[in-house]
Amino acid sequence: MKQPFPFSAIVGQDDMKTAMILTAVDPGIGGVLVFGDRGTGKSTAVRALAALLPPIEVVRGCPINAATSAECPDWSELETNQTEERPTPVIDLPLGVTEDRVVGALDIERALTRGEKAFEPGLLARANRGYLYIDEVNLLEDHIVDLLLDVAQSGENVVEREGLSIRHAARFVLVGSGNPEEGELRPQLLDRFGLSVEVRSPQDVAERIEVIRRRDAYERKPEAFVKRYAKEDAKVRAAIVDARGRIGAVAAGNAILGDCAELCLALGSDGLRGELTLLRAARALAAYEGAKRVTRKHLRRIAPLALSHRLRRDPLDEAGSSTRVNRTVETVLA
Amino acid sequence: MSDTSWHLAAAALDILAVDPAALGGAVLRMRASPERDRVLTAFTPVLPLRKLPISISDEQLMGGVDLGATLAAGKIVRSAGFFATPCTAVIPMAERCAPALAAKLCQLSDKGLTQGILALDEGIEADEALPDSLSDRLAFRIAPEGRMPRDWPKRPAIDAGQPIAADEAITQLTLLAARFGIASLRAPLLAWQAAQAHAKLQGRAQVHSGDIELAAALVYPHRATQVPDADAPADQQPEPEEQTQQDEGTSDTQTALPDTEMLIEAVAALLPPGLLQTLGQTRSARAAKGSGAGKLRKSNRRGRPLPSRPGRLGGDARIDLIATLRAAAPWQPLRRKHQPDRTGLLLRPSDIRTTRYAQHSDRLLIFSVDASGSAAMARLGEAKGAIELLLAEAYASRDHVALISFRGTQAETLLPPTRSLVQTKRRLSALPGGGGTPLAAGLQSAMTLAAQSAGQGMTPTIIVLTDGRANIALDGSAHRATAAEDARTVARAIRAQGTESLVIDMSNRPQPALQDLGRTLDGGYIALPRADAHRMTDAVTAALAG
Repeated sequence: MKQPFPFSAIVGQDDMKTAMILTAVDPGIGGVLVFGDRGTGKSTAVRALAALLPPIEVVRGCPINAATSAECPDWSELETNQTEERPTPVIDLPLGVTEDRVVGALDIERALTRGEKAFEPGLLARANRGYLYIDEVNLLEDHIVDLLLDVAQSGENVVEREGLSIRHAARFVLVGSGNPEEGELRPQLLDRFGLSVEVRSPQDVAERIEVIRRRDAYERKPEAFVKRYAKEDAKVRAAIVDARGRIGAVAAGNAILGDCAELCLALGSDGLRGELTLLRAARALAAYEGAKRVTRKHLRRIAPLALSHRLRRDPLDEAGSSTRVNRTVETVLA
Repeated sequence: MSDTSWHLAAAALDILAVDPAALGGAVLRMRASPERDRVLTAFTPVLPLRKLPISISDEQLMGGVDLGATLAAGKIVRSAGFFATPCTAVIPMAERCAPALAAKLCQLSDKGLTQGILALDEGIEADEALPDSLSDRLAFRIAPEGRMPRDWPKRPAIDAGQPIAADEAITQLTLLAARFGIASLRAPLLAWQAAQAHAKLQGRAQVHSGDIELAAALVYPHRATQVPDADAPADQQPEPEEQTQQDEGTSDTQTALPDTEMLIEAVAALLPPGLLQTLGQTRSARAAKGSGAGKLRKSNRRGRPLPSRPGRLGGDARIDLIATLRAAAPWQPLRRKHQPDRTGLLLRPSDIRTTRYAQHSDRLLIFSVDASGSAAMARLGEAKGAIELLLAEAYASRDHVALISFRGTQAETLLPPTRSLVQTKRRLSALPGGGGTPLAAGLQSAMTLAAQSAGQGMTPTIIVLTDGRANIALDGSAHRATAAEDARTVARAIRAQGTESLVIDMSNRPQPALQDLGRTLDGGYIALPRADAHRMTDAVTAALAG
């Protein structure tokens, strides 16, 4: 398999890259939704991010990537205490996937050949502590969406089927991408995504040419190309690790909290998740940029990402909701 | 023209054979015919061709446990995925390819595991086609027109032209893609790959301008969303102006490449006819198919279990354990004799039983009724009578009914989806008339309701009763042109959502505007110039059944 395209070699698309980095800094932000045209580098960015992230420490052979053997589920029948480094998992959830493959099911192979009742973990188990990537998330069938909604909220996968009763941790960052022309997302699922980004093909011809040029260089000599950007990638990785350590110390004053609340009030976003995500993401951004406290500058940058998908939808609003958010931000933070 | 398209098809196949992995593949849009067979024999990639049926299971595509072999051998036998043996995949009946399969193929292709895909698309209508996500990753779309020339496969005469530096060629192809309004950046990349492959085919180490021209002619026409400098109506195509401005902004690159205009002409000559007219429509029609969920899947009940039946364990089959054990039980002593050293149950693939469910989806009829002054004058009373008759029928078939009325400046949901006949009748008879005709608002409410109910597993059908003189826009302003435009926009959105619909014209004379609306909705249209309630009911019942 080819090495993925380096993250830092992606031209433009700053919003998308920032959003993904922020979820890496603070997985609690709760995922990214990337909506936009085809061929704008959505899936490239996700796969690149996987290669960029620092590896995680897991118990060898653990199906849910647990860090210590105490967290390993008993059904995994692991004897070992040894840990190993593994790249952060990025699991693809393809359209048309069956319920069994998502949540896991009775291991039919073992049931039939050895007559044992065993659990075969699904994609949710493998995505624990990592990323779950759904391309064309808006075309996902409803019954799979229902499963995801519950697990994404609770961070726990509960399997009650075929005589099995099993629960295991499934905390992952949900990354969805899609083309809004092909269908909308259910508001409940939209809400589970912390940040949303609208990507468009670059409108600047020079930028477009640069994209093609880099891609071509990559196709010709993947190793050399990846090497060329390895330093940049390492810098981003170091910054993410740094920010993770620093995020607890980043202060957010009362004034900022007030700003968050006022913004969400002015936009009429449902529930309080808007404020929470806004604050968390702004704090992650401040940590990533090395700031000591969250400022209005961070809020301005984050507000369109954190709020644009939480507005009451107007299917006929051509301007797009991020424009609406920006307008409100200008008036509230004036 | 038709000969050109055939010659280009030959060139595309040759180029694809050189580097199928980098080019992704091609869509071959032709009906099954001796001509298509000849085209297929002309395609000779390095790797063997292998058929990939669209009904392929996950295990076969991605690899997994081969259950049949596992059971027979008594130990785990894994099957390799489809692309484990290097081959160029041929997908027959590609127009029936489900979005789910397309998504998986895209995933494999993004990971660089595929070695070219040739999709045989036999679609007739514009919206019968391979899902966009996959066709965007395939470089060519081969759709030759007219009769096959006698001398086929003759390659088009290519004037090799001047050698071009890679940088310059990339610049040119990217500019060109932008001029044709191709948003996806895969297009210029694929065109560049194609140009390189063609140069290689001609035995040249460097790309020449002729390669660029051919590549653009092969990759761009079917992706184009605008014709550069075409005298398209301004309201349809707001982008070209923007685009040209930008091109002027980078005029330094333009002067370096004097033949961009020539290239544009070459590609523009190959644009599919009627491109501009069909742009908006095909897009929304495709979107409607993209949801991929038919009535059957959209059920709010798990359904009655049907008797389980012998089956293979595939991706979506669920095993009926009890039935499987029951089927295997009588054979145990016999099988034990043959395999005395094995413990546990002895199962054969023929024992496997899978469960099936019958699912019924509830139908929801959403009546959006025009109660404006003009309609009230005409025949609101008749419409009410007709709805009541329809309600009686809906009651008999246990359908749900919802009622929306629009008048004045807005629409109002009089009755959320219900099965209560009494309530519906009461609301209906109390329905007042008068005011303007906010058709767009009525459609929008119906659309929202349809989306909600579809999410709850019902199958909604929107029935619009109106006399068609929309005169109130969505924002409540009384402006006839805006009102009509708004109605069209909402209708397109309804179509994109994939909701079935029916327009009933209750004006005294059939309105062309309403016929248009019916077409935009991709639904039925019934004019009832002088009908009574019973005839209307008959018409609606017939339309819904068909």
